[in-house]
Amino acid sequence: MPVQVTGEIVSNTKAGDYHVLTMTGKGIPEDAKPGQFVALSVGGELGSTLLRRAFSIYKAQSRGAYGGTIDIVVSPHGPGTDWLANQQRGDRVNLIGPLGKPFALPRDPVPCVLVGGGYGSAPLFMLADALAARGCRVDVILGASNGSKLFGVVDARRIASTLSITTDDGSVGTKGRVTDLLPRVIQRAQSAVVYACGPMAMLRAVSEVSTANGAHSQTAVEESMACGIGVCMTCVLPVIGDDGQTRMVRSCVDGPSFHGNRVRWDAVGTVPEGTIGAPIAGGH
Amino acid sequence: MMRAVPAASSVDMTTTLAGLELPSPVLTASGCAAAGREIDQFVDITTIGGVVTKSVMREARSGRATPRMAETPSGMLNGIGLQGPGIDSFIEKDLAWLERRGARTIVSIAGGTFDEYQYVAARLAGAEGVAAIEVNISCPNVAERGLVFACDPMASARAVSIVRNVTPAHIPVLAKLSPDVTDITAIARAVVDAGASGVSLINTLLGMVIDTTTLKPRLSGRTGGLSGPAIRPVAVRAVYQVRAMFPDLPILGMGGIRTGLDALEFLAAGANAVSVGTVVFNDPMSLVRIHDELADALAERGYSSLREVVSAAHL
Repeated sequence: MPVQVTGEIVSNTKAGDYHVLTMTGKGIPEDAKPGQFVALSVGGELGSTLLRRAFSIYKAQSRGAYGGTIDIVVSPHGPGTDWLANQQRGDRVNLIGPLGKPFALPRDPVPCVLVGGGYGSAPLFMLADALAARGCRVDVILGASNGSKLFGVVDARRIASTLSITTDDGSVGTKGRVTDLLPRVIQRAQSAVVYACGPMAMLRAVSEVSTANGAHSQTAVEESMACGIGVCMTCVLPVIGDDGQTRMVRSCVDGPSFHGNRVRWDAVGTVPEGTIGAPIAGGH
Repeated sequence: MMRAVPAASSVDMTTTLAGLELPSPVLTASGCAAAGREIDQFVDITTIGGVVTKSVMREARSGRATPRMAETPSGMLNGIGLQGPGIDSFIEKDLAWLERRGARTIVSIAGGTFDEYQYVAARLAGAEGVAAIEVNISCPNVAERGLVFACDPMASARAVSIVRNVTPAHIPVLAKLSPDVTDITAIARAVVDAGASGVSLINTLLGMVIDTTTLKPRLSGRTGGLSGPAIRPVAVRAVYQVRAMFPDLPILGMGGIRTGLDALEFLAAGANAVSVGTVVFNDPMSLVRIHDELADALAERGYSSLREVVSAAHL
């Protein structure tokens, strides 16, 4: 069950274009599972930015010099993330977590590929540890627009059987996209599952390439949220349920990880025809 | 961590809203707490004043496409499109859960036609666990080319009257009014004459945010409802105006309440109880925090009962 707690920033370190924030948050690190996230309030108690910002949990340590801590990765690109990136050791933050469904783990020790776009790779390293603990081979592909937007290369080297890197500008690794390399990685390792986190367009492509190469995919979406706990109804996307019906589901509580072939990628940002309760002509 | 409203407070924090005896004046607001279950992870929903559920309609609704919200200064704009399970599933799952849990449940209902209001209210008339009904009349009237019921005194009155007629007499019917009208007291007059037991003040204000990159409206529905502390003075004004005209009308006040002192403003303006909406997104535990802050504020000011400050601004 998620908790709402006041935590303290333990460290704030730059990693390329990103900030890695380590913070305490009693009850959260102890419970956090790979793929879950925290929702942080930003701007302080009297601030004018009321909506919570969601961040994948990058690391969770239940013991340490500061007690339990979690790490998140912040990409400053707006008033809320700019504020967070400026928080220093000793500053207080209010956080709710752990939230969302964890990544589903394979029952058998099958080979897995982890694909991260930009700082979307953040939740993949806890996942890699969990998969390794089950005896799964782990291959990693990291991609970004350029080298300073790659995240987790050192972590990936530590855990992965192979690491492939792509950048749009070719400044690091192979010039191109993660999905250019994905078929070869799947075929070489005979991978059964592909886990991915990053921009929507990347997730769609990963899902399609995985299916075409006979692998399941688990995709963690990044929809903007106001609350993170399931009450605001803003983070919805069209997903096909076990009954074959499409529903607008909340990525915060029903996700953020979905089976890639259950998400109606072509229809994200719309309410596709046939969705349960979809507007009819002249209706809402 | 679950926090309960402390029983041992020197100030009597009970209140009465349209005949409902509430242990706390702080309730959830419709559309900001779903059907209570998620919030119950953070605050014991049986100790707050009540749960006002997200507006339910006849059929399941997908709601609108994303983007459905935009952050605004001290607030947000939302256009969810009344996503919901429909009345049958709501009664079977959500309402049944709330009743088992022991919450005081105020069911918000909405409709696109008068028939829909009647249908939904009639289904609830046969259901267990309804403490009160809040009629969300800020919906487009399909028959009037989308004119919002709440902007027309006649349509507001008719929707409320229909709901009142099919709702058992012991269940209060609150009409939730829109601030987007020339004179909110005229709408209040119309719904009171139509049999409303009380009013909920206020719904969101119609707004728009333009994306400065695309130069198009940010929300898929183009316009949306503005809520949060940004609208609080508008809400306090509405409560004050309606209270001035109706000294005894039960009023549930809402609009950007973030602290105990914000709640105190609403009580002084004339509210008997308050709903906390958008701030719950920021702080789910605010439902208890605001209660505690209000109790402290009343104690500091020498009051022994919350009821002593209701309408104090009018004396």
